[in-house]
Amino acid sequence: MAPSFDHLREEDLDEEDFDMDEVDISDLREKYEVQLEQGYDTFVVIDGLPAVTEEQKPKLIKFLLKKLNTVGRTSEDAIYMPMGDDGMSLRFAFVEYSSPAEAAAAVRQLDFVPLDKKHTLRVNKLTDVDRYGREGRIDDEYTPPKIEPFQEKEHLRSFMADPSGRGRDQFVMFRGETVGVFWNNEKDQPENIVDRQQWTETFVQWSPLGTYLTSVHAQGVLLWGGASWSRLRRFAHPFVNLVAFSPNEKYLVTWSNRPISIPDSGHPALSLDDDGKNYVIWDIETSKPLRSFAQQDTPATDDSVAKKAPKFPWPAFKWSADDKYVARLNQGTSISVYELPKMNLLDKTAIKIDGVMDFEWAPATPRRDGVKTYEQLFCFWTPEIGSNPARVGLMSIPSKQIVRSLNLFSVSDVKLHWQSDAAYICVKVDRHSKSKKSLATTLEIFRVREKGVPVEVVDTIKDTVINFAWEPKGDRFVIITTTEPVGATAVPPKTAVSFFCPEKAKGNAVGNFKHLRTLDKKNNNAIYWSPKGRFVVVATIANAQSSDLDFFDVDFEGDKPEGEKDLTANLQLMNTSEHYGITDVEWDPSGRYVATWASVWKHGMENGYHLYDFKGELLREEAIEKFKQWAWRPRPPTLLTKEEQKQIRKNLREYSRVFEQEDAERISSADVAVVEARRHLLQQWYAWRESMEEELAEERAALGLPEKPVAELLKEKAAAAAPAGEEQVVEETMEEVLEETEEIVN
Amino acid sequence: MRPILLAGHERALTQIKYNPDGDLIFSVSKDQIICVWFSHNGERLGTYRGHQGAIWTIDVDPTSTILASGSADNTIRLWDIKTGKCLKTWDFPTAVKRVEFNEDGTKLLGVTEKRMGHLGTIVVLDVKIDVEAEQTDEKALTIVCDESKATVAGWSYLSKYIIAGHEDGSISQYDGKTGDLIYNFPIHELNQPITDLQWSQDRTYFITASKDKTAKLVSAKDLEVLKTYTADTPLNSATITPNKDFVILGGGQAAMDVTTTAARQGKFEARFYHKIFEDEIGRVRGHFGPLNTVAADPTGKGYASGGEDGYVRVHHFDKGYYDFMYEVERERQNKLAAAGNA
Repeated sequence: MAPSFDHLREEDLDEEDFDMDEVDISDLREKYEVQLEQGYDTFVVIDGLPAVTEEQKPKLIKFLLKKLNTVGRTSEDAIYMPMGDDGMSLRFAFVEYSSPAEAAAAVRQLDFVPLDKKHTLRVNKLTDVDRYGREGRIDDEYTPPKIEPFQEKEHLRSFMADPSGRGRDQFVMFRGETVGVFWNNEKDQPENIVDRQQWTETFVQWSPLGTYLTSVHAQGVLLWGGASWSRLRRFAHPFVNLVAFSPNEKYLVTWSNRPISIPDSGHPALSLDDDGKNYVIWDIETSKPLRSFAQQDTPATDDSVAKKAPKFPWPAFKWSADDKYVARLNQGTSISVYELPKMNLLDKTAIKIDGVMDFEWAPATPRRDGVKTYEQLFCFWTPEIGSNPARVGLMSIPSKQIVRSLNLFSVSDVKLHWQSDAAYICVKVDRHSKSKKSLATTLEIFRVREKGVPVEVVDTIKDTVINFAWEPKGDRFVIITTTEPVGATAVPPKTAVSFFCPEKAKGNAVGNFKHLRTLDKKNNNAIYWSPKGRFVVVATIANAQSSDLDFFDVDFEGDKPEGEKDLTANLQLMNTSEHYGITDVEWDPSGRYVATWASVWKHGMENGYHLYDFKGELLREEAIEKFKQWAWRPRPPTLLTKEEQKQIRKNLREYSRVFEQEDAERISSADVAVVEARRHLLQQWYAWRESMEEELAEERAALGLPEKPVAELLKEKAAAAAPAGEEQVVEETMEEVLEETEEIVN
Repeated sequence: MRPILLAGHERALTQIKYNPDGDLIFSVSKDQIICVWFSHNGERLGTYRGHQGAIWTIDVDPTSTILASGSADNTIRLWDIKTGKCLKTWDFPTAVKRVEFNEDGTKLLGVTEKRMGHLGTIVVLDVKIDVEAEQTDEKALTIVCDESKATVAGWSYLSKYIIAGHEDGSISQYDGKTGDLIYNFPIHELNQPITDLQWSQDRTYFITASKDKTAKLVSAKDLEVLKTYTADTPLNSATITPNKDFVILGGGQAAMDVTTTAARQGKFEARFYHKIFEDEIGRVRGHFGPLNTVAADPTGKGYASGGEDGYVRVHHFDKGYYDFMYEVERERQNKLAAAGNA
């Protein structure tokens, strides 16, 4: 125990014989040594310059500056170009940037950039030159890299081959802490393929072509797949929240609300450049990060439009249909389009569009009339600014030409809905009246494939459209409208569901969009088209009062009402159903089944799923505690040509005969098994009963007890109540009128 | 199957019993009153008044002469069914949660609550089925449950065993004469109390209901679990239907666990399961609170359910119920009929 202050002796306080120099603090010094910045982090070395004379030098520097200043700030004084003894420059230069980040950007973006036809810039950090360029740092002798022997990988699309030969689809179910992948068995228990505890920490997600199953962990994102469900890729983005794939599974975007912080010890995948970033774009094939981005704050303006959108946008990075471009909205100012795989800004600048609120890429490579060159399209809109009208535009990339634009007035909000083939885009415009009290919606439909991109306006809708959905690969759509704007009311207002389709037209042309039918006084709020088109489910989800599901066919093969003869649809309600507490609906990729589920993420009541066929017939329902998520495994596009598909459609009857027979056999064999099991159970039960009854009778006899104790007791009681056989007979007559019919006899 | 609604109680039902002839229904509730009803039309015959606490349990002797009831006023009382007179009162230190007569009505068991330093017990009283007779004050037997308190108990065939269900989800078999513990098996999930125990007609097997959302059919001789019926809600009661091979389960989310009141969410339905195949066959809606008790008519003509909502619903089965049969059952029946004719 250390002496307390009261008991301190004089000698304890004596500091004289304490020699400071004797104390060895080198270990502490090493530990707490402040690493002064070397100052070289802002320098880059540029190689590959042409040799110039002293007179030509300023000219070259000036030229070079133009390039250098695209990525950061530097000046003439900050460029040092050493001259050789022969009066010519040594073909390299040192450049100082104003910050290390700019220097890093220069290395990333200017390396390998051609200066002219003969010269290509090579840009390296000075520190790197120092690190690798010194003598002895790099072994002079070439040692060939060790090449691992080739190992056969599992086929990542083996899931397409259903072992039972029935072409079933897979789905993943996340319930409790367990994630399992199953074959859909319609009415029967789904067949489990793999089931793992704690497979993911937050949710699971399929890649868009179904190749990978994504699991999300605090350390990053993992991709799984193949027949053995092994770990295929790893993307170490710490504290990742959300994941998005590019449409062709080439790239991956991860986002975390926490900026990345790279520890001093380094990070296995990310570098110091990624420090402070929120988004990382990864190359899936190599599992390497391509580029990272920081989160942008939505500029807070007084504008009423901006006030409504503080929700952070996801996906923040939107992909063109062919994975060639990825773009991000800089709200109110511009759209940054990046080219893959280098992730450089297209033409090195963001596309300035004043006031831009939102944009959407065409979901397929567009085929515009008369356009033969390669292009991708995106659609964007800008609100009314001052006296300028609101504008919707279609921009072609990489030319950055606006191929069509449309001016609009009294706009409160705009939503952009592409049709899946990029044949149309429907711009849903919510317009307010002058008093800004009521809202009405018009639909501006761009016919992208027709010459000059004509725009058709549907302005017959009186109410506010709260939901819109195109038929996939088709040209019909469904909208849900409501008279009252959707607000924070306790009871959601009644809605109406309207169907639209084009008129019949000559040849291959698509006629004008016409209203087909409206169903009033509904509660529905969500539309789910079959991925193959034709069938659509209109549902009421996440609603405490109702949970209806309506299954429609828009190509009903029965009679068509007279008034709709000129329309290219025949609407028929096939079935209605109800799934209490429903939170989500998803069609399987073949368009044969619909899964609906109530997720514990939204509420804790009656969690579980229902499985319907496309006609709306309930095949299976299962209540599962802590049911979280269901996701059908997507399928890659078919490899059959159009002709082959046509051929199959033509001979469908023959194919279906084979399948029907198989189905019948399977069902009957399953039925036989069930009946057999029941027969066995029944037999077992009665055998047990028989032995038990026998035993009981024996024991009873052994104890000398009557066989029917209660009957015996009752006899006694009856004897006591009515002695000497005075039996009473009570007769009661009951008359009941079952039916009365009156017949008039002539 | 249009039910008869018996609206005689003011508070939640706790137990319903049919007499062995199936013509009378006895119901008890937390409103301290015992009611007796005609089962065929739901007319109330009368009440038995005297208890000064919520009545938890009731039983009727095999000859429909006397009635036993157990209550939160720490008493078991015997009543004359015909006159409504209280014949005898036994006092206990704690509330009585369950009473049951044995098969010949000579013995009555009572389950007492564990409270205020008293352990839960199962007591056995000798009874004379005679309204004139003097009933004894002495307890014939006391079984102390020191592990986990008994929530329910009953007499097996020949009064050979006393079977008890416990709060921890286990069941025990005691010798009916000596009270010695023979077996104790956990059959339900740990610490999910057993809420009900009802017998088959010959008392060779019984059904238990538990808060773990399952009901189990158990053999009385060796406590072997014969069947398991899985529901999606905590169960309060289960009964075996005579004549037809069904069981009826009742339960529902307890009021304290539900914030919303829609009957749909509480799952306040009586559920029919096939006794042998364990399949759910149907549900009967109607109550707007959890079902606290279900009872099957011993003659197989109907059943009654009592809910937290204070109502008793008496159902008489209609034709569909009697006709319903699995194919294999029909097959067996035809075979037996053929054998009988031959």
